[in-house]
Amino acid sequence: MNSLTKTAALVGTDAVAEAMRQINPDVVAAYPITPQTAIVETFSQMVADGLVKTHMIAVESEHSAMSATIGAASCGIRAMTCTSSQGLALMWELLYIASGLRLPIVMPNVNRSLSAPINIHCDHGDSMGARDSGWIQLFSENAQEAYDNTIQAIRIAEHPDVQLPVMVLMDGFIISHSIDRLDIQDDASVQNFIGTRNPTYSLLDAQSPVSVGTFDSLYGYFFEFKRQQEEGMSNALKVIQEVGKEFGSLFGRPYGLFETVGMEDAEYAVVATSSAAGTIRTEVERLRSKGIPIGMVKLRSFRPFPAVQLAKLLSGLKAVAVFDRSNTFAGNIGGPIFIELRSSLYELEKRPRIINYVFGLGGRDLSVELVKKAVSRLIDIKPNEIIQQNVYYLGLRE
Amino acid sequence: MTWDITEIQKWSWKKHPLGGIINDPGNSRKFETGGWRAFRPVRDENKCTQCLICFVYCPDSAILTKDDKIADIDYRFCKGCGICAQECPMDAIKMQDETGN
Repeated sequence: MNSLTKTAALVGTDAVAEAMRQINPDVVAAYPITPQTAIVETFSQMVADGLVKTHMIAVESEHSAMSATIGAASCGIRAMTCTSSQGLALMWELLYIASGLRLPIVMPNVNRSLSAPINIHCDHGDSMGARDSGWIQLFSENAQEAYDNTIQAIRIAEHPDVQLPVMVLMDGFIISHSIDRLDIQDDASVQNFIGTRNPTYSLLDAQSPVSVGTFDSLYGYFFEFKRQQEEGMSNALKVIQEVGKEFGSLFGRPYGLFETVGMEDAEYAVVATSSAAGTIRTEVERLRSKGIPIGMVKLRSFRPFPAVQLAKLLSGLKAVAVFDRSNTFAGNIGGPIFIELRSSLYELEKRPRIINYVFGLGGRDLSVELVKKAVSRLIDIKPNEIIQQNVYYLGLRE
Repeated sequence: MTWDITEIQKWSWKKHPLGGIINDPGNSRKFETGGWRAFRPVRDENKCTQCLICFVYCPDSAILTKDDKIADIDYRFCKGCGICAQECPMDAIKMQDETGN
């Protein structure tokens, strides 16, 4: 390792604020109060203390935060913002503009539930609703991953083959407000890793003027532009892996599209994301120590969805359980990860049986006991068993 | 940068600049909006006093002038909104149905 590493104890939001300080974005536009999180609070303190050169714009809403970030990023500079829950919901129409204009904006989002009823705790309903907005979405299991993902997101977003905005996701309270041990790289190494942005255009370049945000519905090239976005997202599959590998070689923590635990000889697998992976890993490792052939897949990249890679990994398994911390309300057909993973497995000759656990909505705790209950059903599934019930609500008061 | 868009309607999705960015500003001149028009303004030269109010109000710069006088109406860009006819103090501009009715 050619980077100085400092070990710190920080809450998740401070870990991300520290990553932002090291990235030193040119502009951060953010709404400063609820539903905003302490990421912006800590970061704005850093700006006030002169620890970072960022031009900080405090705006009157999340809608304006994303608007200002889009304007800044159009000028070819690095622009970031942060949000959570209802704040992300208020950004909605701008999310599509950021991705449609191919602006490499990086936005940490603390995953919290959407009203009603009013709740403030963790679930993935906020970012899952934005899954078709053309943003890359990377989940983080802990503060370390939130820190690492924020830094890598800059490289992924700005890659010439990608040029798409990135949401860095971390679980509300469980990660955002809990003190965690993590390794922090030195400022120079982070700066070297992210490099400088080389924009394809700048709204403020008077020598090469451009029009941004143009009208396109008469001759109609909208379809062509949307196809380009899909290509950028497909390219991101490769770029996320390349950047994750390079990050690993420099800092000792490699990343891919997903992480696996004991999948080499597994007959059963649990697919999960974010902080729940920590709880599930405990149970999976306990079962493995008792000789039960079970593994875990921790999904890091939800957008792009690594459909081909996951199908290859899960082909031939007896059964798979998918944990979703959000629901689709599509008529009891399961959470978004389940639906997409099941679709990804359709072409396989040796398709595993697959079940879904929707859990943790509104911050409902996922205990090891609940995971035990879910996994005991999983390893009870027989090959070629006709599954009568696909979707379970884990931890629900029935 | 000069941007050759003569064949743009045949372009593959791969050829367009990312994000719908237009890197040749001013090329909206090539986009003739006259086809939107349902009613065409027709000026009566005998009634017109050359006050140029229509020139000021036209949102599409479709009133063409020469030597500070109205020379013509540019039907390549006139969308037929009728503002010129509405504002003309001499009632010198009439809106004529493009279908001839």
